[in-house]
Parts: sequence; C-alpha cells; structure tokens
Amino acid sequence: MNSTGFPLLSLIVFLPLLGAVLVLLLGRRSHAGIRAVALAVTLIVLGLSLAAAALFRPAEAGIQLAEQAPWIPSLGISYRLGVDGFSLFLLPLTALLFVIAVLASWKPVGSDEASRSAVQSYFFWLLLLETGVLGVFAALDLVLFYVFWEAMLIPMYFLIGRWGGERRAYATMKFFIYTMAGSALMLVAILALGYFAYQSTGAWTFDWQTLRELKLAWPAPLWLFAMFGLAFAVKVPVFPFHTWLPDAYVEAPTPVTVLLAGVLSKMGVYGFVRFGLQLFPEGLRAAAPWLAVLAIIGILYASLSALMQKDVKRVIAYSSVAHLSLVVLGVVVANAQSLAGVVMQMVSHGIYVAALFLIVGMLEERRGTRLIAEFGGLWKPAPLLGVCFLIAMLGAVGLPGLNGFVGEFLILVGVFQGVRVYAVLAALGMILGAWYMLWTFQRIMQGPVEARSAGAADMRGMDLLVMVPLLVLIIVLGVFPNLILVPAGATINALVSQAAAVAWLP
Amino acid sequence: MLAYAWLMLLFPLLGVLINAFFGRRIGKRAVSWVACSAIGLSFLVALGVLMGTAGSTGVEQPLFTWISAGSFHVEFSLLLDPLSALMAAVVTGVSFLIHIYSIGYMAEDPRYARYFTYLNLFVFAMLILVLANNYLMMYVGWEGVGLCSYLLIGFWFERKAAADAGKKAFIVNRVGDMGFALGIMLIFAMFGTLQFSEVFRRAPGILGPAAVTAITLLLFVGATGKSAQIPLYIWLPDAMEGPTPVSALIHAATMVTAGVYMVARNHVLFDMAPTTAAVVASIGAATAFFAATMALVEKDLKRILAYSTISQLGYMFLAVGVGAYAAGMFHLTTHAFFKALLFLAAGSVMHAMAGEINIQKLGGLREKLPRTYAVFAVGAAALAGVPLFSGFFSKDEILWRAFLHSPVLWLVGLGTAFLTAVYIFRALFVTFWGETRAEKKLWEHAHEAPAVMSIPMLILAVLAVIGGYIGLPRLSLVEGYLEPVLHAEHAAEAGATEWVLLAVSALIALGGIALAYYLYVVRPAVPANLSKQFAPLYTLLSRKYYVDEFYMAVVVEPLRQVGRFIAELFDPRVVDGAVNGLARLAGVCGEGLGTLQNGRVRSYALSILVGVVIILGYFLLR
Repeated sequence: MNSTGFPLLSLIVFLPLLGAVLVLLLGRRSHAGIRAVALAVTLIVLGLSLAAAALFRPAEAGIQLAEQAPWIPSLGISYRLGVDGFSLFLLPLTALLFVIAVLASWKPVGSDEASRSAVQSYFFWLLLLETGVLGVFAALDLVLFYVFWEAMLIPMYFLIGRWGGERRAYATMKFFIYTMAGSALMLVAILALGYFAYQSTGAWTFDWQTLRELKLAWPAPLWLFAMFGLAFAVKVPVFPFHTWLPDAYVEAPTPVTVLLAGVLSKMGVYGFVRFGLQLFPEGLRAAAPWLAVLAIIGILYASLSALMQKDVKRVIAYSSVAHLSLVVLGVVVANAQSLAGVVMQMVSHGIYVAALFLIVGMLEERRGTRLIAEFGGLWKPAPLLGVCFLIAMLGAVGLPGLNGFVGEFLILVGVFQGVRVYAVLAALGMILGAWYMLWTFQRIMQGPVEARSAGAADMRGMDLLVMVPLLVLIIVLGVFPNLILVPAGATINALVSQAAAVAWLP
Repeated sequence: MLAYAWLMLLFPLLGVLINAFFGRRIGKRAVSWVACSAIGLSFLVALGVLMGTAGSTGVEQPLFTWISAGSFHVEFSLLLDPLSALMAAVVTGVSFLIHIYSIGYMAEDPRYARYFTYLNLFVFAMLILVLANNYLMMYVGWEGVGLCSYLLIGFWFERKAAADAGKKAFIVNRVGDMGFALGIMLIFAMFGTLQFSEVFRRAPGILGPAAVTAITLLLFVGATGKSAQIPLYIWLPDAMEGPTPVSALIHAATMVTAGVYMVARNHVLFDMAPTTAAVVASIGAATAFFAATMALVEKDLKRILAYSTISQLGYMFLAVGVGAYAAGMFHLTTHAFFKALLFLAAGSVMHAMAGEINIQKLGGLREKLPRTYAVFAVGAAALAGVPLFSGFFSKDEILWRAFLHSPVLWLVGLGTAFLTAVYIFRALFVTFWGETRAEKKLWEHAHEAPAVMSIPMLILAVLAVIGGYIGLPRLSLVEGYLEPVLHAEHAAEAGATEWVLLAVSALIALGGIALAYYLYVVRPAVPANLSKQFAPLYTLLSRKYYVDEFYMAVVVEPLRQVGRFIAELFDPRVVDGAVNGLARLAGVCGEGLGTLQNGRVRSYALSILVGVVIILGYFLLR
C-alpha cells in the first residue's frame, strides 16, 4: 500500500473514518460508548500526528513521510500523501481541535430534542469530517485532494443543518452553494492540468510533484490559478466572498464553529500556498496586486464590521475574516518573514479562535443569548471565565508573548519589506482589533453586574478541560514560537526561493 | 553579580505564578509576603547589577532564541549597562515601596491576590522592557506594561468609568505602539537585525538623514503613547480610576517614563536626527506647559497629579530632545521619588476620607493627618523646585541645557516651572490648610494610615529630599555613571550664566508658591472671582481644551458610523445581496434556490457521499 515503510499518514487520515464506522456499529442508545470511541479515536490521531511531527526532519525542505500507491493508473490518478514544513503543523492542530470538539460535544449538541438525542449520527459525521480535513492537508494527488475537499462538505452540511441554530437551514444552504460554486471550477482546472500533462508527456498525471515541473504556456498559469484561487478565496474567505461565513459560523453549534474557524479556514490558506504559490507561481504573481488589495480591504472592512456587531459570535466571526485576510496578504507577499508568519499564524489563529468560540459557547450556555447588550459584569460571578476570555482575547489582539503576536508581526515585517504602504494599512488592523475585542470584552465581562448574570456559574469540569490546553498553547507558542518556525524553516526557504525565481513584488 | 541578573526577572515571575494559581487559597498575608519579597529580592539583584555595571559599556546575556524566521532572528537577551541598571534599580526600588504600601491600602479588597498578581506582572514586564537588548524584546515589555496598566486601571471593573478608562488607555497606547512597530519594521528593513548594539554600531554607515528621521519619528510616536505626550496624552488623566498605589507606580514613577528611557536608549539614532530631536524637544515643552495649565483648575487631587505627571514627562522629553539624556534620566529618577510620594500621600488622604478626592470637599487636613501633610509638603516642594529639594536640581539641569539649546524652550520650561509651583501648592493649601469642607462624619473618622503605608511614604520623602544630591551640577553622579552609555557632552563651563539661571528658577518657584499662598490662603475668594471673570478660559482649561471631544468627533464616531454602515447595511444588503441576487438569477434560469431548498441539496450531498464511498471503497478493496 505504500512504499516508504509504516503508513503513518494514512493511519492518521483514515483512523477517524474507522472510528465513524465503529460508531455506526455501536447501538443507537449507547451514548457513552459512542463518545468514548470518538474521544479515543481523536486522541490516538492526535498522538499519531504529534509522532509525525517528531519524525519530521526539520532541516529538509521537501515532502516527507510520503506514501504512494497507484489508484486509477489508466488516468494517472494515484494515492499520494505527504507533508512538508508548511503543512506539518496543520495535522496536530486539526487533531487537537477535533479532540476539543469531541469534548465540547460531551453534553448533547443541538437546538431541539430530536437533534440532541441523535448522538450517534452526530459523532459519525464529526469523525468523517476529521478524515476529510486531514486528507486535504496530506493529499498530494490533485484528484485525491479534490475528493477530500468535497467529501468534507457533506459532514459539514449535516453538522450545521441538523445541529445548528434557528437559521441553520439558510446558513447551510448558503455555505453549501457558496463552496460548491467555488470549487466547481477547481475540478475543471484539475482536469485541465492533467490534460496539459498528458499533452506534454503523453501520460495523464495528477501527481502534485510531477505537475510542479510542468512548463505551462502563459496565460495558462493565470487562469488555472484563478480557478483554484476562487475555491480557496471562498474557503478562507477573502473579501467579497465572505458573506457565507458569519451565517455559517453563527448558526453552527459551538464545537462545529470551533472546527470551521480553527481548521477549515486554514484549508483555503493552505490551498493558496500548496496549489497556488507552488503550482502556479507566475499566476499568483500576476494576481498578487489584486489579492493584496482584497486582503487589505478584508482586514479593515471586517474589523470595522466586527466593531459594530451586536452578537458576540458575529464579532469573533468577523475578527476571523480580518485575521485570515492578513494571512492571505502574507502568502501574496511571499518572502521569508511573511511566509514564516503565515505558518505561525495558521496554527496560532486556529488555537485562539477556537478558545474564543468556546468562550462564546459558554456565554450562550449560561445566559441563553449571545447579544452583547444582554451581558454585563460577568467577570464578578465567573472569575475563571473572565480570565480565560481575557487570555484568549489577548492572544487574538496579538499581545507580544502570546501566540497571535508572532505570526501577525512576522507577516507585517514581511509585508513591510515588500510594499510598505500595505504594511501600514494592514497594521491599522492592530488598532481596530484591540478596539473591537476590548470593547466586546468590556461590555460582557466588565461594568455593573447585569441582574441575570449575577448567578452565572463559573467554569468547571469540562469547561476547563477544553479550555486549558488551548490557553497553555497560546502562551507556550507565544514564548517559544521556534517550536514551529524551526521545523518549518527549510520549507519556507524553498518557498521563498521559488517565489523569488519569478521576480516577486517590487 | 551580573551573571545572576536574570534572577531580577525570575522573582517577579514566580510571584505572578504563585499568586495567580494559589493566591485565593493561601490567604492575604501569604499573598503579600510572596509579592513583596519577590520584588524585594529583585531590587537587591538590581542593586548588585547597578554596582556591577559601573563604568561598563554594556554586557549582553542571551537567555534563549525567541524567533528565527529566515534572517529575522530575535534573541531574548539581557543588556546590562549603566542606563538599564539605573532604570531597573529605580523601577524595582519604587515598586518595592509601593508593594509594601499596597498591603495596607488594599487590605480590604476582595480581589487582593489578583491585585498583587497584576502588580508583580507589571514589574516583570517593565524589567523586560528595561533590560531588553533588542527592539522586539523591548516591544514585548512595552506592550506587557500596557496590558498591566489596562488591567490595573480597570481593576474595579464593575465601575463603568474604570473599565472605560482601562480600555481607552490600551487603545490609545496601541496607536502609539503601531508607530513603534512600524519603526521596528523599518529598522529591520534597513539593518537586517534588531539588536541595539548592532544597530547603533552600524547606524552611521547605513542610515541617511531621511531614514534616520523616519525611524526616530516612528519610535517617538510610540513614546508619545506610553509617556502620555501630545497628541496621545488623553488616556493618562482617566487612568486615575485605578487604585492609587497603581497610579503612583505605573502612571507616575515607572511605566510612563518608558518613552523617555526608550529615547535615551536610542540616543545614537536621535543624535543623528536633528529634525526629530527638535520635534521631541518642542512636543516635550508644549506638553509640559499645556498639562500644567490644566492642572491649575482641576479639582480632583489625583488628576492634578496626573496632569503634573504629563507635564513633568514633558520636561524629560525636552531634556532628551536637546540631547541632555543624562539630565532626562536624572529628572526621571527624582520624579519617580517625589511623584510616587505625592500619589501615595493622596492615597493616604483617600484612605482617611473614605475615598474622597475632590479637594474642594477636603481642607484643613493637616490637623488630622500631620504625617501625610508633612510628606505631601516635601513632595510638593520637590516638584515645585524649591531649592535644595531633589526636583530643584534635576529640573534646573534641564532648564540650563534647554537654555544652551534655545532660549525659547528655556522660557517655556521656566513658565511651566512657575505654573507647577502654583498648581501643586494650590493643591496643598486647599487640601490641608484652612477650614475643612469635608462632611462631618468623614472628618471625625479621619485617621492616619497604618505604619505599613506611612513607612514607604517616609522613605520616599527622604529620597525626594536627598535624591537630588546624586546629580548636583558638576558633581553629577548620574551623569558620570551614565557616561559610558550616553557619552554626555559636557556643557561648556558656564560660570556666571548657570548660576544666574539657577537663581532665576529658584525665584520663579518661590514666586509661584507665594502666588498660590496669596490666592488660596490669604484671599480665597479671588480664584472663584477669577474663574467667573475669565469663564471661557476657565471652561477651556477644565474641559482639557476639548481634546477628548475632538477625538471622539473626528476619529471614534466616524469609524463607528462606518462600522455600523458596513455591519448593518453594506455587508448584508450590498455584498450579500449581490450573492443572493446571483443565486436568484441562477434560480430563474432553471434550478431555483427554492427548489434546491426542497431537499435537492441533500440528495446532491448524498450522491457525492456515495461517490466518495465508492471511490474509496474501490481503492481500499482493490
């Protein structure tokens, strides 16, 4: 099945699928058993993905832990997995957030009795989703990638559509149509690319490594990039393709929002690098000014929008758009600092945004509302909740010493070396970010204790269990970012020289 | 001793960890022991370093590598030289006294452990700022102290005013920090390193006049935020919502002086940028003057001291702007003593009067609080520049250097000195002299603070008197000590001119005090009449020149309006509307959104799933 020894990545990717099947085999009523299986599987996957990170050789730039097997040889489609320094940490991040999501789903999820009792199907879809996401980050054959990319939509469709909030039907529909529309062209581009390979070599192939060598005549790289890029731009999302996001994030149940914001948003950024920068550097370069402008608009637009939202979940949702726009800007600039920042920020954002959405879930659980105006002074009855909210918020506003700072600052340093005015505009996000976050925090946690919040319970048990690992990582990665930057270093250097080869930004 | 300098950071960090995790269980007594001994030990280490670095041009001690991203390489390293050692000693020393004072002041507070955790965290962050050997590490401390300031201003977060003030401080500082951050980026772009020693060594070869001016201006933008200078000073008066010991420590003695320290640290660059230096000196002088005018009419004792702090920081920037870095650091040191003292005395008044701080509702307190009165008087004399008190020497040094540079700056400084004497003795006379205007019940309960509060005040009072003798003209220990770092140009032998200027500023100070005595003791009706006669001016001053209102109208509100427009109209109607419109268009052409909603998407989803399963199955079973 694979040519390089132990199929570690296959195990990581498909173990959740096995778990999903196990969940189906368990009785409908054995909720405890189902949860135990889900937790065990996600924990094992986390352990294996950490093992993968440990086995990774930091000094080497190329694909490691590679596995390959023929799949549909007649069409040149093969089964190929592998990671490099860029994607490496997305696996443990994904695995961790799925563990957190399983724990956060310990209490029944859903807005009505029927969905709350459908524990079996909930965990089935959740585990299936994990395979989809991990597959996206590990697949190195374009068809395989596309399968995972699309397959991931189905569990998501059911998770939001069945276990979401009041407007879940609308949100699901929008999410689904939006992403489908985005990725339809990607399929065309993938097939076209396979065909181009056939034209020049006489054999179909969808192998990412081989396709990188392919010489494409201009303007093919541009329109191929555009077709891929649209799918990624929707997924991140990049302004103006972002309007599915607030609805989907808000309507999804908390554990699913954590996954949407924590890992699914990274799929878009990952795509921009793996299939944009690495496959069509000339195409990305040509689109760079446009993408950069959209990213900067995204930062300022989403930040200002976050400022005036009334629902705390929407505040965090828009903040996520702003933060990921900065990451896209980092990809576009593609120099050593900006790409290091991208790697760092993908992981960091996943962690603090997960913590923030969990906090939102806890707020909603305590008060039955997410409207900011309904809150006040919650820090007094719930001091731990206040401290956790504070740390996650400070991570998000990029306080030095916490994880959000390193990625944000590296990206800005990189952008500054590319186009200074971009950096100045993007840095305004630092101020706006502090403003909407602190103002939200103030209205919820500070001020006179609002009457209905006076008896609110503090965090305990499961609340702490899901939160503490994230907060520890917020601090640890803020102090020791080299845990990520050093293993990613060689890959980043290779990316930079590739970008430099096509004469990047002035 | 230098090898153990890292302990200076370790002790406060341990204090933070112990009190954060166990503070609510171990009891108030243990909490205060942990917190105070952490800072006490840190102070001892700082004293060792202070002695150890004498005559040294600096030792760098790497702790660990923080960030490596290509050529962007940042170490966490300590820079131990006379400048950082002096600053660290002042910070830990004053912090130690204020920690002790806080034991009494915060004794009844239910969030006692949290208070000391924040306070220790502040010292930790401040020491990172001071001991940093590179810009980014300094930035860590810079924003770290900003965080502690935010948390401590909003310590009593149930009060909306306190929460507002904390948030305002953080965001206004973020504006300055953005300048600082861009400055750091520009430095990295020019030098490829952020290490001070490297940047300073290579600066003359690399930086042209435009680049060095841009860098220093950006750094100075950061300084105007942290050190509350025009145009970013607006957060500091509101910061008085925090507990008074915090105002003494963070918003007077230490954190707000970070900007001055930063400029002194970067003197190599500022020396190369005469334009920036002129901007720094002018902003400093202007801030000194304007803040003093606002202090003249303020009724809140703590806010008077806050304006005074802004004004005195202005003096320090005036000093570093004219190249008198050692004089700026000297004034920073004496100011730390006497301003902390004044704040602690104000806290003692609040402690006695159940939190009353409006000077018009006080009066006659010297009878009830003789010790507090005495130390306040010492602090006021030092601030006003009464001869032989510490502030006299340090302020005079600045005025003298300003005079050599530009008589206009000197004149503004001199005018400020006059106003300073007036406003602080107004505060003194109105609070402590005359008949009391306090409520009877409060007056009867008024009592002196316990020893744990009064002893730190006494120590600071002694320092406020003798602190000036370390920097006597011509015998200056401070200047000599800082010499290896700052290479202070020795002012030309002045002789008569300097003594004349000395006499003039002494007379100015005494004149200001005399005027305050006349206005507030001899003829107390006069100020009220004056404020009526010059009502527009009085209103302008008491409304702080409407700067807050200006920022609200010109920056905050417009941004909120834009945000509201996006959030409520543009995003849901226009951007999303376009998307929905496209979907509807597609619907008209065939498959409508409506029919999709009737379950077709679900069947579509299922068909994809089936396809995936088949493909995977094919692969797995093949």
